[in-house]
Amino acid sequence: MWHGIDMCSLVYSFAFVPCACEHQGIVDDQFTQLRKLEDENSPHFVMEVASLFFEDCEKLINNMAIALEQKQGVDFKQIDECIHQLKGSSSSIGAMRVKNACIAFRSFSDGQNREGCLRCLQQLSHEYSLLKNKLQTLFRLEKQIVAAGGSIPRVH
Amino acid sequence: MEVAGEVLASESQLHVLAVDDSHVDRKVIEKLLKISSCKVTTVESGARALQFLGLDEEKGSLGFNGLKVNLIMTDYSMPGMTGYELLKKIKRSSAFREIPVVIMSSENILTRIDSCLEEGAEEFLVKPVKLSDVKRVMNDCIMRGETEGNNRRRVDKRKFEDDNHASSSSSSSSSIPSSPSSPLPSSPSTAATSSPLHSLKRAKLRDDN
Repeated sequence: MWHGIDMCSLVYSFAFVPCACEHQGIVDDQFTQLRKLEDENSPHFVMEVASLFFEDCEKLINNMAIALEQKQGVDFKQIDECIHQLKGSSSSIGAMRVKNACIAFRSFSDGQNREGCLRCLQQLSHEYSLLKNKLQTLFRLEKQIVAAGGSIPRVH
Repeated sequence: MEVAGEVLASESQLHVLAVDDSHVDRKVIEKLLKISSCKVTTVESGARALQFLGLDEEKGSLGFNGLKVNLIMTDYSMPGMTGYELLKKIKRSSAFREIPVVIMSSENILTRIDSCLEEGAEEFLVKPVKLSDVKRVMNDCIMRGETEGNNRRRVDKRKFEDDNHASSSSSSSSSIPSSPSSPLPSSPSTAATSSPLHSLKRAKLRDDN
């Protein structure tokens, strides 16, 4: 009985997290589209894409932080390139707020505004952390459902 | 059917070579193509794509690397060789010019789209690429094979997306400026609540020699 209730709450949370994320604008429809691609042949597809995205994000955010610290002059072209890459991947995974943060960032990078860029980078890091937190919650729930003997409700 | 046999790889599956420097995008396009029943090879750069095809400039000779490629889908913005440069190399090669090439780009810039189509790209897809985009490309690819012949008309299409969801101040406009060289059909992109990505097709018909 207790086990049954536990499964219900897991499945409920599993459904709730992406809905809440979409509602808050953290992810957009592209994320839902990716979830629809998951099937028995690739049950961890979204998790795998997300892992690649997290790696990308961390590397690019780090590179931009270093670039902005350069005393001898900031290489805004490099910053712009990083933003472009991050905007691309965030768009592909449906990370809407990260993508929008990139768009805002671009205008400061175009204007060669170091202070503005630093603020944008902070905002970007914040949005990334938020997204990562939500997605890791989702993946953890998925694992818990499977471990408890349940099956993952698929998106249709 | 002989013509269809030329288009399809030996196991009756299209073999697609996908080129993209983004690991995330390679993973996604690979999945979209596999779901569409294609064989997929992904590479991270134009140089690698040419190596795979056997059109390696450094090696200086044409060779054939394994399974015949039926379609190339390439990102536009890549470091080193851009998708546009890759497209040109392929279309200027006697061995590979018949392989359809589709360009994917996160930015829909009219001049960019025009250049790609002029250079012989089959389609220009705006990212993020959706399953419906891939399925349509596959259908077009197969159809194209079946209508191959001297007097076929080649329809050059591009996908234009109205980005409704991003609160973006960047370029996606709801009206397309008409190009002096080819008239546009008046089909403005319309907003719909259920589907975030919408397309405006510009069909350009021209005779193929």
